Amino acid sequence: MDDLTRQILELLEDNARLTAKEISVMLNVDAAEVQSVIKSLEDKKVILKYLTLVNYEKLGEEKVSALIEVRITPQRDVGFDGVAERIYRFPEVRSMRLMSGTYDLAVFVEGRSMKEISHFVSTRLSTIEGVISTTTHFVLKAYKQDGVIMEDGEEDRRLMISP
Amino acid sequence: MTTMIRTDWSEKINPTVRDIPPSGIRRFFDLVTETKGVISLGVGEPDFVTPWHVREACIYSLEKGYTMYTSNSGLLELREAVAADLEKTYRVKYNPRTQLLITVGVSEGLDLCMRTLLQPGDEVLIPEPSYVSYAPCAVLAGGVPVFMSTGMEESFRITADLVQRSITPRTKVLLMCYPNNPTGAVMDRDELEKIAEVAVAHDLIVISDEIYDRLTYIGQHTCMAALPGMKERTLLLNGFSKAYAMTGWRVGYVAGNADFIAAMTKIHQYSMLCAPITGQMAALEALKNGQPGMRRMVEHYNRRRNVVVQAFRDMGLPCFEPGGAFYAFPQISVTGLSCENFAEELLKEEQVAVVPGNAFGQSGEGFVRVSYAASLDDLSEAFRRMGRFVRRRGVRSRVISAPIKIQRPEREGISQSL
Ligand SMILES: Cc1ncc(COP(=O)(O)O)c(C=O)c1O
Repeated sequence: MDDLTRQILELLEDNARLTAKEISVMLNVDAAEVQSVIKSLEDKKVILKYLTLVNYEKLGEEKVSALIEVRITPQRDVGFDGVAERIYRFPEVRSMRLMSGTYDLAVFVEGRSMKEISHFVSTRLSTIEGVISTTTHFVLKAYKQDGVIMEDGEEDRRLMISP
Repeated sequence: MTTMIRTDWSEKINPTVRDIPPSGIRRFFDLVTETKGVISLGVGEPDFVTPWHVREACIYSLEKGYTMYTSNSGLLELREAVAADLEKTYRVKYNPRTQLLITVGVSEGLDLCMRTLLQPGDEVLIPEPSYVSYAPCAVLAGGVPVFMSTGMEESFRITADLVQRSITPRTKVLLMCYPNNPTGAVMDRDELEKIAEVAVAHDLIVISDEIYDRLTYIGQHTCMAALPGMKERTLLLNGFSKAYAMTGWRVGYVAGNADFIAAMTKIHQYSMLCAPITGQMAALEALKNGQPGMRRMVEHYNRRRNVVVQAFRDMGLPCFEPGGAFYAFPQISVTGLSCENFAEELLKEEQVAVVPGNAFGQSGEGFVRVSYAASLDDLSEAFRRMGRFVRRRGVRSRVISAPIKIQRPEREGISQSL
């Protein structure tokens, strides 16, 4: 990765709304060049999507999420990937990773209630062929997500004017 | 018997102290704090909070009971880390036991230098515009500040020639302060070498405040002490405030020859005893593990610097491109206002705070200091407001020039037949 690409990605990861023009000013390069780097990153699916991080709690929305540890049996030829795909295709699954250690898949699920999530686990997840066991942990509180602290009390406390 | 009720104590005050004018920034500070909804570009310290690993190391040190005095010179481990850092960065070698003193910020280090070197009437050459402490510290130590005025035409740099012309038989100290607060000016090595020659020829001691050394965006910073023949006659001041976002911790250092450092340590031990241990522990962590984080902050400043330079261009305010620190120093005299009026009216009309240039010396008149140690959001909103303000004062934003038509050279001769 060249330095320009690194810097563009870093800026967009922090603020996806920056325009190519704004980025070009910050990095002191040509706007067209920035535009073409972004375009090529999008085409190559290096940049997958531009998302918004929302704190629904502030709106009083009830959202329940859970981390489900799933143990699965790997299959010939495809290993874990076959079973994994059957799981991650469910829209309820927000993110999913293959892990080292005592279980195989860390599945993050979101729903409107605990009941909804339990239903999903018992009727959908655990019934998939190749799933050996599931352990469901409900999330009590989110402190930080994607590098962002949810309630950051660290405001600017500097004097307004200093030499 | 009657007792006289005294109402004016000022006659009791040492006249040298009494006659030091109050800081130009102070008055403006009061004005700013009275105003609501202000975006301040008047802050002379990083907008980053000290990186967490440094704060966490400090908490750990408190848990372990590090709450005592350190040696007068500062923790040996910290001095060793500073010496290693200076050697790695600039290839200057200091003996951590005899040639380094940990101070309460560069502020104390500067005061110690002046008090150690100056006798009444000794002259100190100081570039102008520059940081507000140099001249008062010189005066308090009995010295006489002699200002070397610089302007935008010479990119706010001093020259060997200017130093030469400012020297009198009483000149003892040359103060260097690059990257510069408030202008953002940086020096190139060639000129520094010439200045070093002048210093040697006239037997001047150089006090070099290099607190912004890591915040250099154009070229590479040259450490004064790293120039040939300069290590012994330079008192190098630096610290953790700017590069590591650690202003409140109050830790800095002076590096110099063993005689100077021993003399400074005498003043330091009786007036300060030592720098706070908590700050020293944090500084040690910053040196050990803080380089990547520091470089990230520098990268952020540099992006904002580009934004700032572009904003002034668009606004139509002449501004030389700052090569270091986190300040821009645009020329606002095109608005017809003095720097103080500009700052005051901008504050009143648009709630943006900048510091009048004359707070940094006479030659700062006609300019204001704009700090870009602020978030990009704040910067862009501040520039929107400032743009409105200067337009009302008749400054025309840069005319976007039409793309230049490149005239094809007349084809002639054989080329035409190809
Ligand atoms: C040029 C310059 N020197 C020294 C200082 C003071 O530094 P310290 O926090 O190390 O005392 C500052 C702070 O604004 C500064 O801008």
